[in-house]
Amino acid sequence: MRGPGFLEQLEQALPGAVAGSRLDALDPWIEVAPERLVDVCRWLREKSAVRFDAIECITAIDWFEPDPKKAAKVTWQPHTELVYHLWSTASRVSIVLKVNLPRWKGDVPGQLPEVGSVAGVWRGANWHEREVYDLSGVWFVGHPDLRRILCPEDWEGHPLRKDYEQPLEYHGIRGR
Amino acid sequence: MADFLINTVGLPEWLAWTVTAFVAAALILNVIAGGALVFIWAERKIAARIQDRLGPTRTGGRFGWLQSLADGIKLLAKEDLMPEGADGMLFRLAPYISFCASFCAFIALPFAFDFVGQRLNVGVFFVVAVLGLEVFGVILAGYASASKWSLFGAMREAAQVVSYEVPLGMCVVVPVMLAGSMDLVTIGEKQAGWFTGWYLFHDPFTFVIFWVYVTCAVASVNRAPFDLAEAESELVAGFHTEYSGLRWSFFFMAEYGSMFLVSALAAVLFMGGWNGPIPVATLLGLSEGTGDTANYFVRLIGCGNLVLKATLGVLLMMWVRWTLPRLRIDQVMTTCLKYCTPIAAAMFAGAMLWQLAFPGGIVRGLSRPAGEIREGWLEGPGGLPVGRGTLMRKSAAAGSSELLAEPLADAKSEAGIDSQNVVQVVP
Amino acid sequence: MAPLIDDDPRIIEFDVRTDEMLVNMGPQHPSTHGVLRLVLRTDGEIVSEVEPHIGYLHRCAEKIGENLTARQWIPYTDRMDYLAAMNMNLGWSLAVEKLMQYQVSERARHLRVLIAEMGRIASHLVGMGAYGLDLGTFSPFLYAFREREKILDLFEEACGARLTYSYITVGGLTADLPHGWLRKCEEFLDQFEPIIQEYHALLTTNAIFVKRTAAIGVMSPELAIEYGCSGPVLRGSGVDQDMRRDGESIYTAMYEGYAFEVAVMKNGHYPRDHAYPPVPADAILGDCWHRFFVRMLEVVQSMDLVRQSIDRYAACKGPLGEPVKLTEKIPAGDAYLETECPKGQMGFYLVSDGSAIPWRVRARSSSFSNLAVTHELCRGCLIADVPAIVGSLDIVMGEIDR
Repeated sequence: MRGPGFLEQLEQALPGAVAGSRLDALDPWIEVAPERLVDVCRWLREKSAVRFDAIECITAIDWFEPDPKKAAKVTWQPHTELVYHLWSTASRVSIVLKVNLPRWKGDVPGQLPEVGSVAGVWRGANWHEREVYDLSGVWFVGHPDLRRILCPEDWEGHPLRKDYEQPLEYHGIRGR
Repeated sequence: MADFLINTVGLPEWLAWTVTAFVAAALILNVIAGGALVFIWAERKIAARIQDRLGPTRTGGRFGWLQSLADGIKLLAKEDLMPEGADGMLFRLAPYISFCASFCAFIALPFAFDFVGQRLNVGVFFVVAVLGLEVFGVILAGYASASKWSLFGAMREAAQVVSYEVPLGMCVVVPVMLAGSMDLVTIGEKQAGWFTGWYLFHDPFTFVIFWVYVTCAVASVNRAPFDLAEAESELVAGFHTEYSGLRWSFFFMAEYGSMFLVSALAAVLFMGGWNGPIPVATLLGLSEGTGDTANYFVRLIGCGNLVLKATLGVLLMMWVRWTLPRLRIDQVMTTCLKYCTPIAAAMFAGAMLWQLAFPGGIVRGLSRPAGEIREGWLEGPGGLPVGRGTLMRKSAAAGSSELLAEPLADAKSEAGIDSQNVVQVVP
Repeated sequence: MAPLIDDDPRIIEFDVRTDEMLVNMGPQHPSTHGVLRLVLRTDGEIVSEVEPHIGYLHRCAEKIGENLTARQWIPYTDRMDYLAAMNMNLGWSLAVEKLMQYQVSERARHLRVLIAEMGRIASHLVGMGAYGLDLGTFSPFLYAFREREKILDLFEEACGARLTYSYITVGGLTADLPHGWLRKCEEFLDQFEPIIQEYHALLTTNAIFVKRTAAIGVMSPELAIEYGCSGPVLRGSGVDQDMRRDGESIYTAMYEGYAFEVAVMKNGHYPRDHAYPPVPADAILGDCWHRFFVRMLEVVQSMDLVRQSIDRYAACKGPLGEPVKLTEKIPAGDAYLETECPKGQMGFYLVSDGSAIPWRVRARSSSFSNLAVTHELCRGCLIADVPAIVGSLDIVMGEIDR
């Protein structure tokens, strides 16, 4: 999705939803305010000139450096970034949505950050959101069935977080 | 054998009959067990060759011919497991019921003219009915296993086998109608002579109904493409999911026993039974009247004929199994209720009308060796066979029925042999 | 008559009703293609609900990727779709190359096409054979494996491995083809071409096979798109999309100059450049039969592409080029690339902070999205249809669970 016209349409339709964008990147992306994510997705799927009818992938990136020495050098603040890869079957173009969330809700460790679920927009997002919840610990509000998908249901922690520590034992099995 | 024991050895009657029964049972048991071993080995080799493989090659030297025996020993040595929630007694009982049904059906199956465990005048009915009992073992196994997959397998088997009994019965009735007897030995005898005398070639209707019979037989013994009770890609292993070791092998033996049985039944009903396609023995003058040794030899050849035909049937089932995908349960029932049953019914009516229009068949009169009638096993007073295998040679010079012994004449009318037929073959 | 209470034994006579039953299909089940567990809610033979449970093969591949350099992660991609490991290698390599803005040599490009398309044939052969197995026929499975073995022999000669190749790598390929390989490959293709008719006879046109697959598990194009289905599953629903043609330029550039027609039903017929069997009258676009058929067509299509690439590769006299260093630094940024793998569109997402080790790697598995649609397709089908539907999606658990 190159060209500014598309972005303007989006801003016009949903003022204040776009928090930032870079359309000349390798994969052009738009940063969306977390609370407007579902609206933006619905607009992209149903109203925009290019209908993004498929969700390919949802990724959570944990921007956190557990090593304090290295942490001093990084340029970013710790946060969790959600990346949505959308695809338009008819126009054969893709777009990337990025959402920045705090690592913990209200910065209280253990409280998962929350964002609206897009499983109601694309049914295919259901499993992807379950996977993100399972591995990266993001709570999708409004998800019909948010359970762990890859890890066992009684697993503790979210393995793809950078500060994740493997449990010492799980049901009598040695962890590390 | 019983009369030999009574008359020559001098055993009391009850003992003689008991000994005879045991000998027959032991022989049949060996036929089933040995047959299963051979057929399992054959199935492996055939499946392998169909699939571009070699199959077993080492056990027992060449061709891996001892493979099934080795497997049998392995199964004997295996732990006998029973699921915790299973109904113990029924779980243990089920494989034996299956096996018994398969075994019992063999009792009435003639391997040659008088190579039969017990000749029954309702032989056809007995075989089909007892074979149908096999399903009880399967249902019990499925129910008693306390496994959902087993239950699914059992319910499918029940639905399928019970439905297929209907067209199977209709197919079986046609040769019975043509022969005018439910005695398998009589039915086999009626097809003596050249292969044109087989009921398969009796008329177009019997030819069609033979193939309906083949379909129904495959379905009633649960072989692919009708192997829904096992259906390994859907139900794990169906009714025998929870079985292991020897009990499991009993199901296997019952399956192969039944396969052989329905094939042998097809041979007796449609393919001349123990009569070869060319009446070699008769052409050579080696007939049953030429002495006891020759007599026995002829029957041995007859037995070989039947086993060969039945084996061909089993091989056909194997070929089908390794070629076709499996049907779905509703499609299996559709095949039965929408195709097999109406076709069988129509063919039955057709064969009946044909028989009415051309009694004795068209080519039959021409193909039968002239001047020969076999009366079969005739029963004297007290159920003891008399004049067993006696060959009657009727000719114009020797006169006719006055030469026949008095009880024989009675038995002839009892056996319901069509006198018109007899007249027809006398030159 | 006294009123009936709940524990009255007489109630049995009045209350003949059927209960729904929960059945576990898998993870140890012959037809779930590995360790998939399907919980079926059935009423007799009719399935009212299917819920897939996955994760039995989860190996934390993405977490491992955060501790290895980009090239070191190649063997882990092998183990995702282990039936088409070449295509997995290619997907990851291209994603890294996209971020590095790296261009492989012309010779490497044609060799990649050659290898990837051979991998596609091998994968579809397994998919086809295993589908026959799901429907209860054993022999086509072995006929398919027999041919796949020959492809694996060729791969073994090229890179030394038979299953997990790590052959295609970032910056090219680990080695060039040995002498005489192309001739053997051509011999294989000549030998293989007539055998496809055998598969058509045993499966595609077999009456029982058609009965079991036609009009079963019909997926509308809208449903397929919404669930993010891809590959033959999507094309089986009549959606004309193939990343080799519609994907990003770094991927489509690889296929530039190659002639191929996407195997999809358009205007009521499939591309007609080969002697395909006719579509049976019972089949509905989007059913199991069409998904299977698209795979069969893609085998022919891939053979065509392999033949083209052999000529082009042989004509390229330039050097193959060396792969990048194992510890090559990756520029900061992120890149997402989807490639057309045999099972569908396999996406790799790479986030780099400028060091050699990626900050985050992500594999978007095609089978994952394809499997997610199962519960929609299986609603109200028979138990026997569940393996037929799941088999037609041609899933590989290694890729789903990662």
